Amino acid sequence: MVTLTVNGESHVLDVDPRTPLLWVLREQLALTGTKFGCGIAQCGACTVHLDGQPVRACVTPVAAAEGRRVRTIEDLAAGGRLHPLQQAWIDEQVPQCGYCQSGQLMAAAALLETNPDPDDEEIDAALRGNICRCGTYQRIRRGVRRAARALAAGEQDDG
Amino acid sequence: MARWTRRAVIATGVAAGGLLAVGVGIRRVALSESLAPLVAADGEQVFHISLTLAPDNGVTAIVPHAEMGQGVHTSLAMMLADELDADWEKVSVREAPATRDYANYALARGYLLGERDVPGFLLPTVDGFFLAATRFEALQITGGSLSVRTTGRYAMRIAGAAAREMLVTAAADAWAVPRAELLTRRGELLHAPSGRRARYADFAERAAALPEPPAPRLKAPDEFTLMGTSPPRLDVPPKVDGTARFGIDVALPGMRYAAVRAAPVFGARVDSIATESVQDLPGVRRVVDLGDAVAVVADGYWQAEQALRQLDVRFTASGNESVDQDDIYRRFADSLERAAADDAFTTDLRRGDAPGRLAAGGRLVSAEYRVPYLAHATMEPMNCTAVVADGRCELWLGTQNPLGFAKDVAGALDLDIDDVRVHNQYLGGGFGRRAFPDFAIQAARIAREAGTPVKLIWSREEDMRHDHYRQANVSRFRALLDDTGRPQAWENSYVDKHDPEEAPHIPYAIENQLIRFVESPTHVPWGFWRSVDHSLHAFFTESFIDELAVAAGQDPYRYRRALLAGEPRFRAVLDLAAERSGWDRPLPAGHGRGIAIHRSFGTIVAQVVEATVEDGRPRVQRVVCAVDAGFAVHPDGLRAQMESGIVYGLTAALYGEISIRGGAVRQGNFHDYPMLRIDESPLIETHIVDGGGPLGGAGEPGTPAIAPALANAVYAATGIRVRELPFARHDLSRPERPGRDIA
Repeated sequence: MVTLTVNGESHVLDVDPRTPLLWVLREQLALTGTKFGCGIAQCGACTVHLDGQPVRACVTPVAAAEGRRVRTIEDLAAGGRLHPLQQAWIDEQVPQCGYCQSGQLMAAAALLETNPDPDDEEIDAALRGNICRCGTYQRIRRGVRRAARALAAGEQDDG
Repeated sequence: MARWTRRAVIATGVAAGGLLAVGVGIRRVALSESLAPLVAADGEQVFHISLTLAPDNGVTAIVPHAEMGQGVHTSLAMMLADELDADWEKVSVREAPATRDYANYALARGYLLGERDVPGFLLPTVDGFFLAATRFEALQITGGSLSVRTTGRYAMRIAGAAAREMLVTAAADAWAVPRAELLTRRGELLHAPSGRRARYADFAERAAALPEPPAPRLKAPDEFTLMGTSPPRLDVPPKVDGTARFGIDVALPGMRYAAVRAAPVFGARVDSIATESVQDLPGVRRVVDLGDAVAVVADGYWQAEQALRQLDVRFTASGNESVDQDDIYRRFADSLERAAADDAFTTDLRRGDAPGRLAAGGRLVSAEYRVPYLAHATMEPMNCTAVVADGRCELWLGTQNPLGFAKDVAGALDLDIDDVRVHNQYLGGGFGRRAFPDFAIQAARIAREAGTPVKLIWSREEDMRHDHYRQANVSRFRALLDDTGRPQAWENSYVDKHDPEEAPHIPYAIENQLIRFVESPTHVPWGFWRSVDHSLHAFFTESFIDELAVAAGQDPYRYRRALLAGEPRFRAVLDLAAERSGWDRPLPAGHGRGIAIHRSFGTIVAQVVEATVEDGRPRVQRVVCAVDAGFAVHPDGLRAQMESGIVYGLTAALYGEISIRGGAVRQGNFHDYPMLRIDESPLIETHIVDGGGPLGGAGEPGTPAIAPALANAVYAATGIRVRELPFARHDLSRPERPGRDIA
């Protein structure tokens, strides 16, 4: 048995502890927003947060996620309100086929947590592990910058 | 067989000469009661095959094309909604079911009306419209950059316009006013003299009962309200929160998972399977021998894949076990030499007398180029969920040809096509790969044997090693320049032609041209890869014209420009790209600019690349792209497709190489088949020319010109002419010139 906390909910699961987190999310918990792309941590399509850090779920054994907080794309919008990155992705019309975008968004969200105002080089460094075959990279950069501006403006409003 | 009879009537109409011009685009769903439950929700009036109107005035456009990021659901809905004068806020889109009613008749019609650049692979099917309509029945393809050009132009617009006229007639009758006094705007009917107004929905039922107008009037471009604007794409919101459903996301009750491994060498078969080596592993349910592949069915995908890795399988020898990539290139060279010696080429294009001019002597320039096999590497690996029971089969997957897949799966399972139902999902990338049904046939066969629903997922390695590949090729050129440096003769010989037919043709005014090829078959399976043959020939022809400019001592942009005097649309696109790139502005030392122009799928694209060389590798700083697709239905979508096509082509130019070793594909995943990543992705600016004329495609034309533009930029920066792709093969910091030894 493995006890897993995903998006704030606790689950007790009867799975082989070596099973990659990716397949537990997709098959046991029906959280299919996290995608399979390569299986060897080369493409980033399976990026989720583990205690706030971006990790590749395809090479993370589910046992390694026990006792830690797993967050997936399904939980990025808080309280029914889109995350500023998600809104920016719509405003900049970032996705094409869309398959890699859950991973892109989770990687970008982790970046903004630690660096609320990244420049292009910092964006590139944080997202170079995430492949997009549709070539949406320059819109991804614009989307991250736009979300960073929105976050900064939101904080001013709140203050 | 009622449906069949109706189709035959339509086909006869075409054969009789032009009678098709209207009826086929607006066939009424009422003619096929079986369809209404599939496309219409409760209370919705089905107007015709492309459109329903709901009581809340909501319009649903029903589009027979797959959404794979190219934005086609939105563009096609816009074309319909514009002619209908619908309220865009109330327009939604639904993908057509995979039934014969939604075969791509519009594509056939486009072909009949002169869209001669319909890809050759479709021609047997389209010709079948006359000869054997059964084949045409199973055509529901998204490819060839054709959806907007054919379905949009010949079905969606006509459907919208026809529905609008029917609504106007219904209202005019009810209000007893002349039709001409009625206006339509944003989903409403207005009669100004009496001040009456009504929503479309109020007249939907009466309008749907009217006969469809034989020739609805289409808007002139200055009347468009939606076409030519860029509303947000309808498929974007579900793609930012994880809810977009791709084939791989489908789940059925009682579903099991399958992993598969095909014989590594194409053409080999399963010899023996030591099933006992895995049957006791946790979760494993069954091992399935597919003849040329073996599958493991388990409770979870990871269990299936783990078991498959441990499974002891032997394959037969196919006779290709000793073939290496160098053998293939040697075979190409032999084929070219033998064809030259035996005069055994097939002529692609002959104009004037190129061999005669070349033999007469003068300033000769020659070169040889080559390109490797390429895999598609869609982000979503091939997968399909299938259930086979009671003589019926249902499939959930992403496909570029739902109806064609149904037909092929029916053939493999010995079922009637009507007993196979395909449920198409969002495609996690297509690029041509998802037009091939191999993985769907496997899933159906495994599910039949398993007796439960099965989701088959290909590993990345399986996806890369059992693709249908863009062909490797060798292309040789000879040209003769006159005293002013202008080319008088152009001779091009290459191997292995697929389509589109015109891919190796050049727009330049050169009096004597001979373009020819010889087949040189290999055992590596071929497939459509974004822009198909254009992806290689643009590299060949646009590199060679650049070499001619260099030999003539002239500026490569102006050299091309002079040869395009009779092609004003090409010239306008070339000029725009050069101007926006600041072509004449001096660059820092070590930087170079390269230009290329190519027409594909009816769209002209010119690109200027600015590049440097760092550590022996090119680095692209900036790409300026000019594009003329006739008219941009959704300008931001066209820009997005140019960006996408450029990154796809640049990835191939820099890194793309599938090579054969021991008869099998050597590469297996992204570590040895690398992709362009965000930190190498250049700034791309796209400038649109609405040049008029027939609509061109968008999904593919961005790809062909980028490789030669880069090669030309690298030459400008370093003096090194790269004639073999990918660039990763060459160390540009070394003094020798890559490619010279090949020529």
